[in-house]
Amino acid sequence: MATAALSTVQRTPGQAAWRRFCRHRLALAGALIILVLVLGSALGPYLLPFDDTYIDIMKRFAPPLSGAHILGTDELGRDVLARLMMGGRVSLSIGIVAMVMAMAIGIVVGAFAGFYGGAVGAVLMRLVDAVLCFPTIFLLLALAALTEPGLVTTTVLIAATAWMAVARVVEAQVRSLREREFAVAALAFGSSNLRIMFRELVPNAIAPIVVAATLNVAKAILLESYVSYLGFGIQPPAASWGNMLNNAQIYLTSAPWLAIVPGVAITLAVTSFNFLGDGLRDALDPRMNIP
Amino acid sequence: MARYVANRLAQAIMLLVIVSAIGFAILHLAPGGPLSQFAVSGQMTQEDLDRVTKQLGLDRPLPIQYLDWFGRMLKGDWGKSYRDGEAVLSVISSHLGATLELMATATIIAVLLGCWIGILGALRRYSVFDTLATVGAMIALSIPTFWFGLVTIYVFSVKLGWLPAGNRQTIGDGSFLDLLHHLIAPAMVLALVETAMWGRFMRSSMLEVINQDYIRTARAKGMPEWRILTVHALRNALLPMITVAGLQFPTLLGGALVAETVFTWPGMGRLFLDSIGYRDYPVVMGILMFSATMVLIGSLLADILYAVVDPRIRVG
Repeated sequence: MATAALSTVQRTPGQAAWRRFCRHRLALAGALIILVLVLGSALGPYLLPFDDTYIDIMKRFAPPLSGAHILGTDELGRDVLARLMMGGRVSLSIGIVAMVMAMAIGIVVGAFAGFYGGAVGAVLMRLVDAVLCFPTIFLLLALAALTEPGLVTTTVLIAATAWMAVARVVEAQVRSLREREFAVAALAFGSSNLRIMFRELVPNAIAPIVVAATLNVAKAILLESYVSYLGFGIQPPAASWGNMLNNAQIYLTSAPWLAIVPGVAITLAVTSFNFLGDGLRDALDPRMNIP
Repeated sequence: MARYVANRLAQAIMLLVIVSAIGFAILHLAPGGPLSQFAVSGQMTQEDLDRVTKQLGLDRPLPIQYLDWFGRMLKGDWGKSYRDGEAVLSVISSHLGATLELMATATIIAVLLGCWIGILGALRRYSVFDTLATVGAMIALSIPTFWFGLVTIYVFSVKLGWLPAGNRQTIGDGSFLDLLHHLIAPAMVLALVETAMWGRFMRSSMLEVINQDYIRTARAKGMPEWRILTVHALRNALLPMITVAGLQFPTLLGGALVAETVFTWPGMGRLFLDSIGYRDYPVVMGILMFSATMVLIGSLLADILYAVVDPRIRVG
């Protein structure tokens, strides 16, 4: 009987990773909150009787939980909850799309730098160092000031200022992986360099890449809120979590909910993605676990 | 040591050249390039534009223009503000003091508080305090700084009325106490993210040190615990924090911009945003280059200082 209790359970690496992830309760909570925010933003507007841009001057500054408007109304009488949901669509999409773009740039730069090393690697990585010298917000605002603000511009610019960390991660991984037997074997088979880079090396670095991607979404959402709050991102009447806070400071005394509601949404989303990234790091690669 | 410093200095100069090339590219890739200010007014004919192009030397090949621009930057000629014709460098330096005051105060708060939290967290690993500090740090790193500023204003200025809602001083006052009173809220807001980062790095640095053999040896010798912690562990755990200080610098500058905006603090960040609003490109580009150069010098100093205090680094 006792031996049965002692016998080890065989788990595939995937199952083991899933168990490690589930033990990270904050990461699970993060994943759940992200799911709620995504579903709420995607489906919520269909369930609400209010349009996010419908202006009702008679009902300006209705406080939350007073009457039909659950989260109250803003300075133009627009429903805050409807704007929060539509803003969520914009902010979360920017977070995801900017992440995909930043990952694409970062993976390509990192893979080339790590694979070729030498002069190519040095030039590419010095470029990464140089871009990192610019404080992100300064660079983002300077670029935003020189271009026409909007959804596409904002997304592209956020990606353009957020790919460097990914490039560093991928470069380090590829540089160490290319010495391994499977990479040498692929070379012996006569695989092209591009094939070795993107079919052999990058897929083997998927764990740190996924972690970096998750943290990148958090960063992108945060950056969107900064540029939109400062007026150089998403332009009204379209809502984003950042630009909802645009006018909030003026009405801080009379209508504090205008400042509190979108800020809570941003903080929730960013914290959740950060915890999710943390949990994924523990789950996917126990060796990366820093004490 | 001299070789290490020379090596590191050469790297920094190379980086400065790339940074300047990026700055130059941004200026020229913008729609309309450096001439956009004239084009938007609509009062100039094509002939006028051509003449200005020639006068400003914009018809020369780009590499020549870049060398010329870079040479003038090195000489301290950063162009003139479109707004009032003042030299860009003097505009920046007149706003720098306020920013440095804010950054220095926030750094002092963050270093003291962050190191304390980090050390305590490492010594009582996985305790309630450590867990709360770790989760709190993650949330602090996720809160948008400007929103935290708004909440601070709401709580401490609107509701409690303890602190002013903005500006560096009351007009007509400006005594030390008045300045301090205005400094508290923005410095606190700026310090939040910094404290979280210092706490995290301090914790992992301390954890690394207290598991070393020489700490065990010290314990085995019967050395009192406080002496082990202060003389042996802390001294070594604080060394990598020099690098952290260098790494923090870009975040600190960016955070200062946001805090200055929320609290109408008359520093470089506010100047940057105002200049963007006025399409005052020479000042915008000037501050961009200035902040990047500050970051570069900051990391150079951090590396050299680290090599001074930790001889192991110089070899690598």
